[in-house]
Amino acid sequence: MVQQVVTGNRLADGVVIYLGQDGGWTPKIDAARVAVDEDEAKLLEDIAKAAEKARMVVGPYLVEVTDAEGAVTPVRYRERLRAYGPSVHPEFGRADVPDHLRMGSEAEYVHMNGVAG
Amino acid sequence: MYRYDEFDHAMVKDRVEQFRGQIARRMAGEMTEEQFRPLRLQNGLYLQLHAYMLRVAIPYGQLNAVQMRKLAHIARTYDKGYGHFTTRQNIQYNWPKLSQVADILDELASVEMHAIQTSGNCIRNTTADQYAGVTADEIEDPRIYAEIIRQWSTFHPEFTFLPRKFKIAVSGAVGADRAAVRFHDIGLFIVKNDAGEVGFEVWVGGGLGRTPMIGKKIRGFVAKADLLAYLEAVLRVYNMLGRRDNMYKARVKILVHETGTEEFTRLVEKEFEDTQGGALDLPAAEIDRIADYFQPPAYEALSDDPPALTARRFEDKGFNNWVRVNVARHKVAGYAIANISLKPVGVPPGDVTADQMDAVADIAETFSLGGIRVTHEQNLVLPDVRQDQLYDLWLALREQGLADANLDHIGDMICCPGLDYCSLANARSIPIAERISQRFADLDRQYDIGELRLKISGCINACGHHHVGHIGILGVDRKDQEYYQITLGGAPGEDAAIGTKVGAAFSAAEIVDAVETVVNTYLALRQPKERFIDTFRRVGDAPFKESLYDKAA
Repeated sequence: MVQQVVTGNRLADGVVIYLGQDGGWTPKIDAARVAVDEDEAKLLEDIAKAAEKARMVVGPYLVEVTDAEGAVTPVRYRERLRAYGPSVHPEFGRADVPDHLRMGSEAEYVHMNGVAG
Repeated sequence: MYRYDEFDHAMVKDRVEQFRGQIARRMAGEMTEEQFRPLRLQNGLYLQLHAYMLRVAIPYGQLNAVQMRKLAHIARTYDKGYGHFTTRQNIQYNWPKLSQVADILDELASVEMHAIQTSGNCIRNTTADQYAGVTADEIEDPRIYAEIIRQWSTFHPEFTFLPRKFKIAVSGAVGADRAAVRFHDIGLFIVKNDAGEVGFEVWVGGGLGRTPMIGKKIRGFVAKADLLAYLEAVLRVYNMLGRRDNMYKARVKILVHETGTEEFTRLVEKEFEDTQGGALDLPAAEIDRIADYFQPPAYEALSDDPPALTARRFEDKGFNNWVRVNVARHKVAGYAIANISLKPVGVPPGDVTADQMDAVADIAETFSLGGIRVTHEQNLVLPDVRQDQLYDLWLALREQGLADANLDHIGDMICCPGLDYCSLANARSIPIAERISQRFADLDRQYDIGELRLKISGCINACGHHHVGHIGILGVDRKDQEYYQITLGGAPGEDAAIGTKVGAAFSAAEIVDAVETVVNTYLALRQPKERFIDTFRRVGDAPFKESLYDKAA
């Protein structure tokens, strides 16, 4: 079953945000509302389009996620970079990202196996 | 350097206020993103992977200390405390807030800088040799003509919506191309004709990206007075005939290729016939007026190789290495051109902290008559340093972590921002650059390897110029995994060449070993005094393929 969340960039500062469980927008992917089927994904998309019109978010789109390890995690590597910050200058990522999800340490190992869905 | 007149000041200020209003309308919901996007791009503002990115123009790569301090202030106040110098003599900020961009542009305007036309399908920031005006191998200072082109092209109504972006570079040096001139949409070399007159050799249709091409020489000599008329003729032909139906075929290089150099030249010449001698005539008085802004500073009467310098070089190996590798000969006796490598081990190439920018400004005032240049190799240059002050300069740079003596060596890589920042990229490039710089951190090993241009791009758009690296690395995405293709044999300068792919791509875990294998293969094959590129040209790619692939098979 494909799980998806909606993401985009916040208009005022460009920060990566997700449509949250409470209908608001959050920088924390863990707090994102997860759609578990296509109907729900369509609903999230509709809400996002309304938020785009309301100038909260720029360019929203659906992102495939997994919760295999107990956390909502993007499947694609690009989206993990967006969710957890750049792999260089890890200090530039969000302060509240747990250490085990930060991308900085991966810069040394660059071990990508198992990331692909 | 060129100083804004009252019209320039008013024009840039007006533009800032215009964009401030556009931002306000966007944030108030009076404009959609679709409507706003072209407006923000015309002001150098992108929306990237994590945030907005503001690209600021540094015309022909020239800065003064006041401007550098302003760039530091912007990095510290509006961003995360650093800036990133790019391969087009621009600086980028990776984290500005939309709500503060007009304030940033206002700050830039106060020091005669802006972000206009650093994006969009217009004539972009005109680049030049970073040694312009101070190198002995120069016919004339290319900054004068880059400035004239800047004034002609900025806000040119006919060329604001070209089929694609358009890039021009100018070099005045003989036998040395430090600006990758042949890889520009228009490349200009200042030349002398048989009558001893100075003019321009014109190359058109160079570029990298998914279809890399070396420009074609379409005219051996254009008189100074005809420069703008000839450029306008080229642009007009491109604007009329360049493809707008397919963005991948829209650059002038495709037009020249598909039309044929001869026919393209004929069309340009025909257009030029109609334009020459008209409103675009460039009078000598106007050239002189602009040249006055680039008059050399008052140099002191000094001698080359002062005893103090010789003694310090003898005493201090680290300093001697830095002078040998990073310092170039100045046209005036007793002075030197000092390169600041922005490639310390393990740091993203081109990144500089706000504190380092402030320090460079102070150092430039103390040691370089206030002048600073930005290079397309993502480094800085102090153009006017007294040779007898080089040691003190080196000490000051070392204190700031800016004295790496690796210019043109494997540690001095070009590297695009890659997937870590860029929304177009397919793979990361900075971590690869960092790992290669760590692997080859030993300077003695770098010196043994000798000149080696390594360039890394995170996608086929080739912002990291991988096609013209002696060793080029291109990041690709295969089923969400990062892979890296190696090209060999590229060269950006007077011996321009496009590298060829050696074979299958390597995983992220393998690529650094693969680079080392290429280097070791060269070391085993080279003859005395051969650079990497010389050996590659002599032996071809077969031995490199063999060492990279056959052994593993």
